[in-house]
Amino acid sequence: MSSSSRMKRFRLAGWAFVAVVAIVLPFFLGTYRVGQFTQALALAIAVLGLNLLVGYSGQISLGHGAFFALGAYVSAILIVDAGVPYLLTLPIALAVCAVAGFLLGLPALRLHGLYLALVTLGVAIAAPQIIKRAEGLTGGTQGLSVDRPAAPAWIGLADDQYLYFLTLVVTAVMFLLAAGLVRGRVGRALIAIRENEIAAKTMGVDLARYKTGAFAVSAAYAGLGGALFTLPIGFLAPESFPLALSFGFLAAIVVGGLATIGGALFGALFIEFVPVYAADVNTALAGVIYGGVLILFMYLLPGGVMGIRRQIAARRAASQEQDAPAEKQRTEQVKTAGQV
Amino acid sequence: MERFVQVLIDGLATGSLYGALALAVVLIYRSTGIVNFAQGEMAMFSTFIAWGLLQAGLPLLVALLGTLALSFVAGMVIERVIIRPVEGGEVLTLVIVTLGLFILVNSAAGWIYGFNTRSFPSLFGDERLDIAGVAIPVESLGIVAVLIAVVGILFVVFQRTKVGLAMRAVAMNPESSRLVGVSVGRTLMIGWGVAALVGALAGALIAARLFLDVNFMGGVLIYSFAAATLGGFDSPLGAVLGGWIIGIAEGLAGTYVGFIGSDLKILVPLIAILVVLLVRPTGMFGSAEVARA
Repeated sequence: MSSSSRMKRFRLAGWAFVAVVAIVLPFFLGTYRVGQFTQALALAIAVLGLNLLVGYSGQISLGHGAFFALGAYVSAILIVDAGVPYLLTLPIALAVCAVAGFLLGLPALRLHGLYLALVTLGVAIAAPQIIKRAEGLTGGTQGLSVDRPAAPAWIGLADDQYLYFLTLVVTAVMFLLAAGLVRGRVGRALIAIRENEIAAKTMGVDLARYKTGAFAVSAAYAGLGGALFTLPIGFLAPESFPLALSFGFLAAIVVGGLATIGGALFGALFIEFVPVYAADVNTALAGVIYGGVLILFMYLLPGGVMGIRRQIAARRAASQEQDAPAEKQRTEQVKTAGQV
Repeated sequence: MERFVQVLIDGLATGSLYGALALAVVLIYRSTGIVNFAQGEMAMFSTFIAWGLLQAGLPLLVALLGTLALSFVAGMVIERVIIRPVEGGEVLTLVIVTLGLFILVNSAAGWIYGFNTRSFPSLFGDERLDIAGVAIPVESLGIVAVLIAVVGILFVVFQRTKVGLAMRAVAMNPESSRLVGVSVGRTLMIGWGVAALVGALAGALIAARLFLDVNFMGGVLIYSFAAATLGGFDSPLGAVLGGWIIGIAEGLAGTYVGFIGSDLKILVPLIAILVVLLVRPTGMFGSAEVARA
């Protein structure tokens, strides 16, 4: 149908617009704002990772703040203690978090839904305590200071702009990889697991492989995001990774749209900038917004921001076909959210 | 030896508090299949209400009773307004909504009451009884007694009253209950109300032992989940016994295992949850679920 090719063109135009804005942005903003957008990009990687796990494979994690912290600390410790160049610490942080994610994925094989939520919540709560305890490596409550990377002389950019573009490139690569991953065989297998595990197994999907794999990839994304997030700040402490961070990631995937790729960008911008502006009114306002948004989106926009178009189309179709029950329409909404 | 007995009794009291909150969690899970992540935060808010009533000059007991009544109503309202639209939905939706409630209640409390730490009076004072050379705080005994009383009352309500019968029926099969004339919606509201009430009681007792601020229930929640998991998520008796076991294990590990100390005590519930779920997912008294395609 022509509508699908129109949608594809619409999507491409959207991405092109985002890319242009992302490239010109740092030349129009001050150092502080550029730093915020750099952080938003790093958050977007972690949010995307969580969405691969929660949105696509249907496994719940409330503990991705822990992987985010792990990636940040691996990178920082390598830079401070071992003198490893910061660029090299990124793939190492990614690999360490992938292994950690795989390990957490092993018990997750036997835990469904609620129980997985419980265990991962416990991980998120325990993470700051463990960081404090491993004082020798992490600096404990004192935190850890890392020299902020300077831009190479030949590149002709300010330090903050350089870090922004570095993060932008990594983010773009990770988004493309994720888009490729979910569009193919792996994505179909993950969605099959989410929709009906037993049926997926019957169809020959190797549950153990895909579920632990999803955990590993998801944790790797979160860890890479954490490492990139910390570079422009130059300091990290256990308090940098509160429980609210893990909840923020969840809010981000709900706002952006479960099981979407582009939604991660919306979600990350949301959790980067909402607290900044909300703090002007009241320090508690960001939390009120997060909580309210989580609940309201689940009622009104289960497809998130990325699902708005789809929801409008579904409503139009439903009004033509009058006796379609509203409840069915809502579940369809969630299920068809499986595309980019 | 004296120290050991003290740790044991202390653990029993702490465990009773975990058990009380776990009881609230289990009450909701039994009737609706929802694990209410916001249970601890609802209890926190209730405790702030009690604190507010105390500031207004009410005596402690009156303030507590008033808070319990308010919490009961608030629990019913939350069920009707926030939970009802997603009841019976997918697990992910339920988890996200109750987490949203968690964050909302926590932040609302921060907005209204601020982030300062406050002290909260104990119902039982701070005297100690000297029994065979071991000093036992009256408060510890009081907490254990309150929990046992609550379980006793709940047992009578569930087994001997019409409302309790309706609650059990709805938990077992809402469709059939509706057909025989039970108002399912109203029964679920009452279930949430009772859970909020039990949670409020737990909150007040915990605040008296620790302190009161907007985050004081965050850590307790994970211990309560461990207690509920250990007991079996749909067993009230299991929640209480699970709470005691977790409380005592935490006390012993914190005192006698040097590596754990006071910082890493949080690992006790985490490991307990993991081990129980992997070895015996239904806990001590839970009932198994059957999956079908």
